[in-house]
Amino acid sequence: MNPANYLILAGLLFTIGAVGVLLRRNAIVVFMCIELMLNAANLTLVTFSRINGTLDGQIIAFFVMVVAAAEVVIGLAIILTIFRTRRSASVDDVNLLKY
Amino acid sequence: MSTQILVQAAGEFTRTSTGEAATFWVLAPVAVLAALGMVLARNAVHGALLLVVNLFCLAVFYLLQDAPFLGFVQIIVYTGAIMVLFLFVLMLVGVDSSDSLVETLRGQRVTAIVLGIGFAGLLVFPIGGVIEGTTAAGLTAANDGGNIQAIARLLFTDYVLAFEIVSALLIIAAVGAMILGHRERVDGKVTQKEMLRRRFAAGGRVTPIPGPAVYARPQAAGVPSVPSELPGGSAGPGETPPYGGGFPDSGVGADPADVEGDNGSGAQDDKNPHPVGAGKGTNR
Repeated sequence: MNPANYLILAGLLFTIGAVGVLLRRNAIVVFMCIELMLNAANLTLVTFSRINGTLDGQIIAFFVMVVAAAEVVIGLAIILTIFRTRRSASVDDVNLLKY
Repeated sequence: MSTQILVQAAGEFTRTSTGEAATFWVLAPVAVLAALGMVLARNAVHGALLLVVNLFCLAVFYLLQDAPFLGFVQIIVYTGAIMVLFLFVLMLVGVDSSDSLVETLRGQRVTAIVLGIGFAGLLVFPIGGVIEGTTAAGLTAANDGGNIQAIARLLFTDYVLAFEIVSALLIIAAVGAMILGHRERVDGKVTQKEMLRRRFAAGGRVTPIPGPAVYARPQAAGVPSVPSELPGGSAGPGETPPYGGGFPDSGVGADPADVEGDNGSGAQDDKNPHPVGAGKGTNR
């Protein structure tokens, strides 16, 4: 099997995540779609690490995981704060900065 | 040395074929379907569980590609920690807060799907054309002496600055989450003294009510000890109050009904019709 099949799979997963970000309104589901895109990027990094025969891709994937963890913590705290004040987790309801 | 590496790389390339291919072709559709299900699931909890399936598939892909450390970190950190955090927030926000079906922007859905298909085409077909004869160099040489050891060596030599910066980022994220989750206390903290004062000011029984079957003749846990506590003030359906006369086998003279009457008498009676609550501290 050609190892670059992983790259095609990662491209598909990234696209699904991007479409999910565009389609969904629930802020938490949008967040999960962002996680999916980050994981697709990670799969690309690991695959290239193997194609090139060096471990740098795996190191960068590791850093991506750490940054994703920090991002999830902050993002979910922001979603909870918005939910406390506006009683909604929909991205359409956060429109005070619209005009 | 170099010939040895070449031999190892060739072995790596041939190893790519059978078992890994089978696993890939089984798990890749599962991953794609789980991702699609996550996007399309109406219920957000179902979406979270499907994302867990997808992340597990990716962990297996990492294991297949000579990245055991990342594979297990993926399972522990992503499906173990991050998805639990997601489910926590989903339950806090409320499972029933599902998506609205109203389109805020006209034609957004169709545009998003068309853009997605186009993006996938742009992403997949050029890759498919370019990678026709790609061979993997393989990580056998790089993983010599263990994948985790090799990653640690790189992490603490070439990437040590990024490692330190990332640790600072994690601390900042933790402090930021605490600040975002913190709520200022509007009125002062209620001390234990204050709580006791309120409990006595409310009147009624201040001691805990006796446990079940303390004063009761039937010594069963299901029988309430104070019959006047029951709704309607009766002992129970079709039953004479077992506490009525006296206590044949105890020297305590006080009738529990009398105790109730003493405590609940006077002006506090209308304020506190159920004096048991004061004993439990529920009248705060």
